[in-house]
Amino acid sequence: MATRQTASLARLMRAPAIILLLIWMIVPLGMTLYYSFLNYNLLNPAGTSWAGWFNYRYFYTDPAFFDAIRNTLVLVLGVLVITVVGGIAIALLIDKPIWGQGIVRILIISPFFVMPPVAALIWKNMIMHPSYGVFADIAKFFGAQPVDWFAQFPLTSIIIIVAWQWLPFATLILLTALQSLDGEQMEAAEMDGAGALSRFIHLTLPHMARAITVVILIQTIFLLGIYAEILVTTNGGPGNASTNLTYLIYRAARLNFDIGGAAAGGIIAVILANLVAIFLMRAVGKNLD
Amino acid sequence: MARAVSSRAKVGYTVAAWIVALLIFFPILYTIITSLKSEQEAIAGFDLIPSFTLESFRAVQTQNDYWKPFTNSVILSIGSTLLALVVAIPAAWAMAFSPTKRTKDILMWMLSTKMMPAVAVLVPIYLIFLRTGLMDTRIGLTVMLMLINLPIVVWMLYTYFREIPGEILEAARMDGATLRDEIIHVLTPMAIPGIASTLLLNVILAWNEAFWTIQLTTTNAAPLSAFIASFSSPQGLFWAKLSAASVLAIAPILILGWFSQKQLVRGLTFGAVK
Amino acid sequence: MNSTFRALLGATALCAVGGAAAAQDPVTLTIATVNNGDMIRMQSLTQDFTEKNPDITLEWVTLEENILRERVTTDIATNGGQYDVLTIGTYEVPIWARQDWLTPLDDLPAEYDVDDLVPAVREALSVDGTLYAAPFYAESAMVMYRTDLAEAAGVTIPDNPTWTDIKTAAEAMTDKDNEVYGICLRGKPGWGENMAFLTAMANSYGARWFDADWAPQFDSPEWQETLTDYLTLMNEYGPPGASSNGFNENLSLFQQGKCGMWIDATVAASFVTDPEDSTVADSVGFAQFPNKEGVDNHGNWLWAWNLAIPASSQKQDAAKTFVAWATSKEYTNMVAEAEGWRAAPPGTRTSLYENPEYQEAAPFAAMTLEAINSADTQKASVQDIPYTGGQFVAIPEFQGIGTMVGQTFSAALAGQTSADDALAAAQSATAREMARAGYPK
Repeated sequence: MATRQTASLARLMRAPAIILLLIWMIVPLGMTLYYSFLNYNLLNPAGTSWAGWFNYRYFYTDPAFFDAIRNTLVLVLGVLVITVVGGIAIALLIDKPIWGQGIVRILIISPFFVMPPVAALIWKNMIMHPSYGVFADIAKFFGAQPVDWFAQFPLTSIIIIVAWQWLPFATLILLTALQSLDGEQMEAAEMDGAGALSRFIHLTLPHMARAITVVILIQTIFLLGIYAEILVTTNGGPGNASTNLTYLIYRAARLNFDIGGAAAGGIIAVILANLVAIFLMRAVGKNLD
Repeated sequence: MARAVSSRAKVGYTVAAWIVALLIFFPILYTIITSLKSEQEAIAGFDLIPSFTLESFRAVQTQNDYWKPFTNSVILSIGSTLLALVVAIPAAWAMAFSPTKRTKDILMWMLSTKMMPAVAVLVPIYLIFLRTGLMDTRIGLTVMLMLINLPIVVWMLYTYFREIPGEILEAARMDGATLRDEIIHVLTPMAIPGIASTLLLNVILAWNEAFWTIQLTTTNAAPLSAFIASFSSPQGLFWAKLSAASVLAIAPILILGWFSQKQLVRGLTFGAVK
Repeated sequence: MNSTFRALLGATALCAVGGAAAAQDPVTLTIATVNNGDMIRMQSLTQDFTEKNPDITLEWVTLEENILRERVTTDIATNGGQYDVLTIGTYEVPIWARQDWLTPLDDLPAEYDVDDLVPAVREALSVDGTLYAAPFYAESAMVMYRTDLAEAAGVTIPDNPTWTDIKTAAEAMTDKDNEVYGICLRGKPGWGENMAFLTAMANSYGARWFDADWAPQFDSPEWQETLTDYLTLMNEYGPPGASSNGFNENLSLFQQGKCGMWIDATVAASFVTDPEDSTVADSVGFAQFPNKEGVDNHGNWLWAWNLAIPASSQKQDAAKTFVAWATSKEYTNMVAEAEGWRAAPPGTRTSLYENPEYQEAAPFAAMTLEAINSADTQKASVQDIPYTGGQFVAIPEFQGIGTMVGQTFSAALAGQTSADDALAAAQSATAREMARAGYPK
């Protein structure tokens, strides 16, 4: 009896969140679906008409479409690799006894608190600027020609910026996992003569698998939607070199004011994102029990 | 730890950790330094010692009042977080303590709502905001930010609550505790750290949201993200002013983050630790 | 329901400016502006306005140009009514006016002296003879160059240079070891950035965007010549990182003495000659926008930042009062009094250019006025064209198309594609967009 009561209570408790999110999902999704079948340009509202599948065809035949998909994947994977590998390395390092651990940790997590456009502005103007940036100063110090980051390595530059923003998040989660590692087991392994590398591969890494999964999952959700950093730095260029899917939609919506096209792009993006999510859950979901 | 670490190793680790930490922090540090330079100094080449002038901060404040967007940022981030907690705590609670077969699916679905590119739904949302009179109001934006972060909040709370051992509840029930007692005296104290870190994370996320907060505001509800948008590519020499504006935009949340770092970390595991 | 909701808002969210205030009561105007120097100066001078109009309060929304354009376009197209005064460019004015989104400014007071507006600018802001926006400042484009460097390099730049003159001078002035680059031009992608320059340059080469049937012309020899010469100039004599340099970046470069020449908007003249910000203030010379030998066309660049009133604003009268004040002769005098004549908003009023004090303080005045007057936005190319606009094409689709083409050309500048590939990509992308938009109309 108690369980039935709890069950219905539980349903009641869950309801507000689920209903809110359901509305939050269905209303915009429904409107976006509707708009995606319209010829609707904000600058020419009088010309609105039914478009059928045209917007979809138009979006995926965009010469930038496949570049954008590729860039999206490169961006997500690049950032994931840097943050996971870097996060593990840094977590291992600051888990060691060091002086000033508190301050070190504060310094390392700081980028996480920086607003994305501000982060992009800082990197663009203070660090990577070919005339006034710190990288340029370093290059000049060594007598080299400064690198024009956003023109020569646009996607790499954006990956660096985004990875910088997410590295603290990965580090923190991986660090907490590391700290819950059983010290005695480690010592036993050490007694048995297992080297540091083998201990890392056979004990530490499996223990962190779950944390790594969480980092990958959460970051992927955020990384698929990256656009502010691109908007502030390269505007998706040069050419389409740093245009990802979200930015392509941004371009349709905010530059062409093509609401129908942007809506179609949004629907395509949602479908692709869900494919990625399903793939991810298949691949790493088991780690989440 | 039982093992003694030689002090030489400790020195090595310390040096390495500090180098890494300073490298990661450097862009922020350099921005702070640049904000204390004059415009001429700012472009004069690499220099870590500013002249400690407040000229740029003054220029920024003259151009755009800082306090109004600051107040809005505070209200929006805290308001949306509290609202999200009110909705999310019961939901996460129920999911953690009376899970059904579909609990995990629901969680995944909640997260997937975050995958819709915001810009694709801008016009529908803009129209809704206009028709309902929510445009450029704090309340409208608060609800907006709450909805955006709700999935993460639910998930984070859920993973934290799930770690609370069920036996404690049973023991309390044996002692004849009512549901109310159970929540107030047993669970709440155990849940507080998780709620606190969720709260902090959500405040950070809401503070840093920079799409809707610009698109759906004009003057009344515009927070610091809109403030920074007026400095992003001005005319002429702007490095010091841009730095000052950036420092102003990130300082409050950075300081909050520094002070509450321990609380933040405690719950920021998303169930990563078993 | 709506009113209770509003009341609720008022109570909970301290939303003081909530519902529609009664008409005679104090009015609050929400003004959207771009974050450039002149607009920010205007904000600091508004005390005069609020003293004269104590019942009008001004609220400012200052945004970066692109975000401003996005915000304002969304609002006006959805009839949002969030703004009472908009800062918009010459590109938007005719397009929006045709949609009936802007309030006609045909009843400005006599003392506003609308006939004093520079004719080319007034024409650009009118549709069928009705004025739809008041110009705050206007610009054409011209060559700004370092007289000291030119002298040292032994070159002279005539008042009406050809592109050959420019190339010769750029080569002579370039001294990369000392970080002096012969020429700085826009390379940052965007219809209002590199494409503004490149369209003007193409005009001066005799090229055009579209033929009479709206077919894009990037496959024409004129465009090929334009792009090839642009790339040569930039690659050989331009600064590093040119593909991310827009107006602002080049302005800083020039102010710090890193550019021998800079061909850009005439408003820059007052910044590069400002001794406070510019290290080269006393050695700047000016010349007309170059042309190609045998082509009688100097680019036809004409731009103005204007104040306009959206038809959706509920505060038309107060908004008109403000617009008239901010673009009046008195405002110009006020700026002159506060910051000197050199800082007066240029390009909008004939009377300013007849003012001996201004002529004395602004060595660039004559050249600016000549550039503006010679800009023909009704027929920008020597060939037949179906569109108006100088350094842009005045159709709604141009923002998107221009930026896309700008991206390809920027990629060519960054060395990622060849000029030919960039032109081919521009051609097919433009044809695609135009077909979608239903041209030829």
